Amino acid sequence: MASGQPRPENVLKHFGRRIFIGMVAAGAAGIVFGARVQSVVGNTIGSGAGGLLPGGDRFRIYTITGHLPSIPSSNYRLKVTGLVERPLDLSLEDLKAMPKTTLVKDFQCVTGWRVPKVHWEGVRLSDVLAAAGVKSSAAALAFDSYDGMDTESLTLDQAQLPDVIVAYRMFDAPITDEHGGPVRLYVAPMYGYKSIKWLSAIHVVERAEPGYWEQNGYPVDAWIDGSHKNAERSIDQ
Amino acid sequence: MATALPLYFVQVERFVGRRALIADIHTWTGVVLPVPLLVLMAGPWGKRLRRDIRRCNLWTAAEIRWLRSLGREPLAEPDKFNPGQKLNSLFTAGTIAVMLATGSIMKWNRFFPLSWRTGATFDHDVLATAVFVVVMGHITVALTHRDALRSIFKGWVSESWAQRHAGGWLKEESASKGSDPPSTNQ
Repeated sequence: MASGQPRPENVLKHFGRRIFIGMVAAGAAGIVFGARVQSVVGNTIGSGAGGLLPGGDRFRIYTITGHLPSIPSSNYRLKVTGLVERPLDLSLEDLKAMPKTTLVKDFQCVTGWRVPKVHWEGVRLSDVLAAAGVKSSAAALAFDSYDGMDTESLTLDQAQLPDVIVAYRMFDAPITDEHGGPVRLYVAPMYGYKSIKWLSAIHVVERAEPGYWEQNGYPVDAWIDGSHKNAERSIDQ
Repeated sequence: MATALPLYFVQVERFVGRRALIADIHTWTGVVLPVPLLVLMAGPWGKRLRRDIRRCNLWTAAEIRWLRSLGREPLAEPDKFNPGQKLNSLFTAGTIAVMLATGSIMKWNRFFPLSWRTGATFDHDVLATAVFVVVMGHITVALTHRDALRSIFKGWVSESWAQRHAGGWLKEESASKGSDPPSTNQ
């Protein structure tokens, strides 16, 4: 007699398989419809409280070096160098003295998470570039971070978009060090990795070079899929 | 699971640092996690494991009633694994599949549409929370059921324990092996 043959009485076959397949199906449904569920939940309870729930709208704090950089705002400098008429060395106060732009826009990570309706304040990147005077031979920008490792790039055309800013306030408060403060880039129409944190320098160059995340497999063309991209491109034109 | 904490909670990350390394460990331990189980299942050495998996698949009506009543309805002849244990193993198997799929969508994101990536992140977060609760419960119950815990390490249970907790299985084993005391399959 086959050992381990279950007791014959009343066996409902494959109940276990049903549970397993049910879980996988629920998981697949979550992948396809989870974004919608999340936005409904987020709208119902507000993105502030939503951030506390698992799967809620919250930032994931990425660092690529061994630790979270921390730059005192009194020491902060932003250098603008390269193909410019007037190289700049700006303090936080200098940036705040420039024309202020306020945006309320989503922060969208390439891996999928999104924080809706983030309140941003800063200076348009195009205003910073105008102050430095970009030479006609230039076509792109290279950004450095105070973490000493992260780099990013934009073309000059992308940099002219009105929702690409050098940000110094977020959520109506100074940007905290975990969010890349005191000053970070915010490139609204592109995935979050373009919005380099702890911005230290902007080099005006001839050609866009792939940045850190792009060397690690992310696309240099970082336009967010769908409506965002189209909306932003229409502004562009 | 441990590597998830600094990735998710910035307070932990501040303390631990080295995010890129931890993210890699998290990804690759996740990918290889089911490998030993699959190797054990697939080979000729996996006969007893496959039999246990079959046990978790096959439920009697009484077991389903027990589960639906959340254990209040007595189970006359419990199997080697009680319905709760069966459910836990099924939950674990389902979790591995879903976490592997959703994690892969986030890691190799360029192959998937954005709404899927958002959904996968949502899944991964919600299920991770459930797993955390279940694993804590699993450890608590294991520590409060010393006989069952010991059987996992030693590979056998006493006949009197089997009589009390797995009567149906004891009957079945005794029937197939004469009067030998049953041994677990671990």
